[in-house]
Amino acid sequence: MTAVIGSGYDRLIKHDKVHGSLYTDPAIFAEELRKIWYRSWVFVGHESEVAQPGDYVRKRLGLQDVIMTRDRDDQLHLLLNRCAHRGNQVCSDARGNASAFRCPYHGWTYRNDGELVGFPFFKGYGQRKLDLALGRVPRVDSYHGFVFGSFASDGPTLLEHLGGAAGEIARLVRLSPEDRVELTAGWLQHRTEANWKLLAENETDGYHPQFVHGSIFGVTGSPIGALYSDNSTAVTRDLGNGHSENDLRPEFRKFAEPMRWFGTTESRVPGYVAAMRTKHGAEAERILIEGGPHVMVFPNLFIAEIQIFNIQPVTVDQCIQYSTAVQLAGAAELNRRMVSQCVGSVGPAGMLLADDTEMYERNQAGLASLTPEWLDVRRGLNREAIDENGYTVGGATDETGMRGFWRQYKSLMEAP
Amino acid sequence: MTAAAKTEANLGPVPEGFDRHTVEQFLYREARLADEGDYDAWEALWTDDALYWVPIDGGGADPQQQMSVIYDNRNRISTRLKQLRTGKRYAQAPPSNLRRLLSNIEFLGGRANPDGKVDLEVGANFLAIESRPRGVRLWGGRTTYRLRGRGGELRLAYKKVVLVDNDQPLPTLGFLI
Repeated sequence: MTAVIGSGYDRLIKHDKVHGSLYTDPAIFAEELRKIWYRSWVFVGHESEVAQPGDYVRKRLGLQDVIMTRDRDDQLHLLLNRCAHRGNQVCSDARGNASAFRCPYHGWTYRNDGELVGFPFFKGYGQRKLDLALGRVPRVDSYHGFVFGSFASDGPTLLEHLGGAAGEIARLVRLSPEDRVELTAGWLQHRTEANWKLLAENETDGYHPQFVHGSIFGVTGSPIGALYSDNSTAVTRDLGNGHSENDLRPEFRKFAEPMRWFGTTESRVPGYVAAMRTKHGAEAERILIEGGPHVMVFPNLFIAEIQIFNIQPVTVDQCIQYSTAVQLAGAAELNRRMVSQCVGSVGPAGMLLADDTEMYERNQAGLASLTPEWLDVRRGLNREAIDENGYTVGGATDETGMRGFWRQYKSLMEAP
Repeated sequence: MTAAAKTEANLGPVPEGFDRHTVEQFLYREARLADEGDYDAWEALWTDDALYWVPIDGGGADPQQQMSVIYDNRNRISTRLKQLRTGKRYAQAPPSNLRRLLSNIEFLGGRANPDGKVDLEVGANFLAIESRPRGVRLWGGRTTYRLRGRGGELRLAYKKVVLVDNDQPLPTLGFLI
């Protein structure tokens, strides 16, 4: 079936089921690019990746090849990698430090804020200045160093978009004794033959871990499986605007052991625990017990305690997962462990994510079957509640997060 | 710089006592065991201080501070194989059908080992053909091995696999590369 473009998404998205064509119809994918990826706030990277003036790093925003730069005045820019002359790529390196980008084709040169500063043989233009520049993502903003871009020149601010998810990002940053997260460990790039939404929905799906990850939980004796069991006290929370989380704090509070969330004890990381107690005083115990967030920020940033994922679409049935380890400023003792744990878990050979990815790809393949036409997202509708902040909360294994995702998706896709 | 990254440079002369034919047969056997998913026999090739590393970004970075596709010590190799043996490591269940070629085998030099002896460092190019329901994919690159002579038999102490496309998005790598 073909969707009615621009309207009629209520025919495809019900409160308890969504239509399979949402994952397979190229026309819907094209409309998502326009209405979500090139309009909404999208996670691009982190300020720490361009720490010094002149630093730049190539990123993707939807299908766009974007250069994230820091200019000499410390301003961040998201520039489109396309010369204003003939459309050639002006930047071919993945990262580096440069005050300007020179197009290799005819030598046009742009400052790292996008301004055209020169072009050879100016007499052919009858002037030394042209009213041209690199394309720019019109709105760039960051929150605790996490850089987002929006192709809409107006609309909700980043903070308005983040809404209830902002507090979760802040909760991650608070794990640093210096209140600062860095993403400097480099990104694994995992090509995935599946629609990007299957990933976004899965990130806070607490139903799958015991099944998809049973193989690794079993051989390592990991306690993670129990967090997502039928009798877990953890909750799934719809944070609004398409964001959702698995709030594992109720489980960690039960044990009340500092660093259990990180799979260790305080005696193994004494320097870090001491630094946190110095920094946070009486609050420290709670922070050290509760650990980091497990939050999906619509449409493409997933923070899973110690690792960060950036999902970017490629085609209706392909996307790329970028993943890296959280690095906490002032926590050297933790940072190497985080890299090590993260390398074991994520990316193409990760002992967790490779299995998730296998599920995404089989899911996409399964969606080629004609019937049943719908995917069911009703789990937990019978036991949802509203919490003290007005957010909808379901059980640890409920599909509350998915329903929140689809509400935001529908609202963006139905906008003119 | 970590030990692993630092030692890249400090390569001594090729040690005595490593016969080229024996070494080649060992590398071919390691490749075949990996191709055929013979996890027990493959695991038995490794020393206790083993390191199995698939880097990104060219392989020059410090693996303790930078992400890698795989960076397994002996303990984690064991965990990886235990997961595979469950039959529910879905990224490799069903297993890939695999065959790989090794070529351009070079004795690169010697490296002091914890036993006070010298490991042989060998380089080789490889091309692996992987068939899965997802399709057929070629994996190619350069592998650096460190081999240790022990009790008349060779053991594998180190295997670093630098994929030619290590700086690009990679599909799931569920098999032993």
